[in-house]
Amino acid sequence: MIAEIDISLIDWSRAQFALTAFYHWLFVPLTLGLGIVQAVMETIYYKTGDEFWKKTAKFWMKLFGINFAIGVATGLILEFEFGTNWSNYSWFVGDIFGAPLAIEGVVAFFMEATFIAVMFFGWNKVSKGFHLASTWLTILGATISAFWILVANGWMQYPTGMGFNPDTVRNEMESFWAVAFSPVAINKFFHTVLSGWIIGAMFVAGISSWYLLRKREIKFALSSIKVAVVFGLIACLLSIWTGDGSASQVAKRQPMKLAAMEGLYEGDNGVNLVGIGILNPSKKEYNDNEKAFLFKIDVPIPKLLSYLAFGKFNEYVPGIKNILEGGYKQPDGAIALSAEEKIARGKLAIDALSEYKKAKADSALYANKADSIKIVLAAEIENYAETVSDDTGATSQALTADELFSGKTAEIQTKIVNSRKQLDDNFDYFGYGYIKEPKDLIPPLSLTFYAFRVMVILGGFLLLLFALATYLSYKNKFETKRWLQWTCLISIFLAIFAGQAGWVVAEVGRQPWAIQDILPTSAAISKLSTSSVQLTFFIFLALFTILLIAELKILTSAIKKGPQINEQ
Amino acid sequence: MKTSVLKRILSFYVEGFRSMTIGKTLWLIILVKLFVMFVFLKFFFFPSYLGKFDNAAEKQKYVSNELIQRAK
Repeated sequence: MIAEIDISLIDWSRAQFALTAFYHWLFVPLTLGLGIVQAVMETIYYKTGDEFWKKTAKFWMKLFGINFAIGVATGLILEFEFGTNWSNYSWFVGDIFGAPLAIEGVVAFFMEATFIAVMFFGWNKVSKGFHLASTWLTILGATISAFWILVANGWMQYPTGMGFNPDTVRNEMESFWAVAFSPVAINKFFHTVLSGWIIGAMFVAGISSWYLLRKREIKFALSSIKVAVVFGLIACLLSIWTGDGSASQVAKRQPMKLAAMEGLYEGDNGVNLVGIGILNPSKKEYNDNEKAFLFKIDVPIPKLLSYLAFGKFNEYVPGIKNILEGGYKQPDGAIALSAEEKIARGKLAIDALSEYKKAKADSALYANKADSIKIVLAAEIENYAETVSDDTGATSQALTADELFSGKTAEIQTKIVNSRKQLDDNFDYFGYGYIKEPKDLIPPLSLTFYAFRVMVILGGFLLLLFALATYLSYKNKFETKRWLQWTCLISIFLAIFAGQAGWVVAEVGRQPWAIQDILPTSAAISKLSTSSVQLTFFIFLALFTILLIAELKILTSAIKKGPQINEQ
Repeated sequence: MKTSVLKRILSFYVEGFRSMTIGKTLWLIILVKLFVMFVFLKFFFFPSYLGKFDNAAEKQKYVSNELIQRAK
């Protein structure tokens, strides 16, 4: 049981994974966003033939290259961690993850490695059209890579398209398309990539603003800003749409995450959306009488949460208490089970797996050692007959060894069939079998709630900023607005922070699950010593910090040097 | 004809690498990073946990036992 697994081991392993993902996600969104901006600039060059745009695109491409080089392969460390720290999980999901990650590897290698070389080395060596196509294909390759990674992540949030094989103890893919195009994966892909676009756009607008603040590279900076802010504005608007889609999927597939995002303990029909609020630290239990909030202001559109979650203003949204106690009507019409019922069904599933494995082992034994077993059975029959004869004085008409063997074999086969059925019937709740108490199903509430507000509020701020910057840059007033230039520069960090907050919502909000409903982190983790995980945590911290410093040093050096465009 | 195409591709890469400025530093960082990751980290700190088992059947047996026992 979990007692064998130190809770601090789970926490340190999660922290290590989070640290790696956090650093990895510093590099990836900039690749995705900056890649598009530079490709748009090169497209302008292709269309106009204006050398200024070629030099502009080349400068941003240089920064793209620095970021790409420092960030490349940092994601592989996550795969190391899967194999070492999360071995049960890796085995359990191997067949599902295998396909998307293999495709990601092949696409990343062939598309990016081929076309990125043309992009960097091909200026003046290949035709303008071929170079432009290579630039777009490089960023397309990076985006497709992201797609497959997010498909894998989406499956963990909403496991679909698979069947559990108790013989291999693995989930096996039954429908590739259901995995690849699950609504959760698709929404996650677009929302995540768009957040990368926003970061890329903010990066270009912010760095360009720095040049304006230093009163240098004016034409270059203003032209870059014009491209970046429009791109950023479009990305922000689209991310509202995909964010709505993501929230709707969360409402359907991960209601506990939605309740945590909103600090919602008691559900209702027509629930308001919390704008800002401070959670009550005195509320220790989901079912105590403390208020959930010290202070909160709802978004001034009544019943907005119900509408955003289910498309109807009066729809019921369950709170944490309701989800744990069950009994409410779900969107599909089914009555929700309580946590206790789910835990009981999870235990039935795990017991069934245990029975199935035992029965299979017995079946194999009976098949392989039939003759020996029959001899043992014959001896048992003889002993039994003698015992009966001694007691009664009558001759027993006992079964023959063959008949007894057949009976036992049939009994084992029945056990296999019954335990398999019990497992299949309850597999949707498999992970609940590891949960000790219903309250263990509540994710860290404060972190989820505040991270969601940070993401949404910063997203809203960036939308306004891009809108204002677009207006002022196209009115040719951006150059004189130093406060806006400072805001754009600082907002590079805000955009990155918003993206990280989004991942916190997605990943912390789905705790305790490694795979939603099917495998909690406590069962997914390898039995390692906590100290070894702590050691690698700090090694990573040092390694990634060195890489980050290297990136910042090389980036700032390249930025200070500037595009070196003769603007006369 | 084939040789010519291969030669052109090769010289494309060779010239590209030769003309790099900042790229040389980046390649150095990439190579050091890959070395640290695959030789140092993977070898010393991140062996496959299930790699200690000889075959898939043993791995399956271990994981199934873990999954069953941890629920008790």
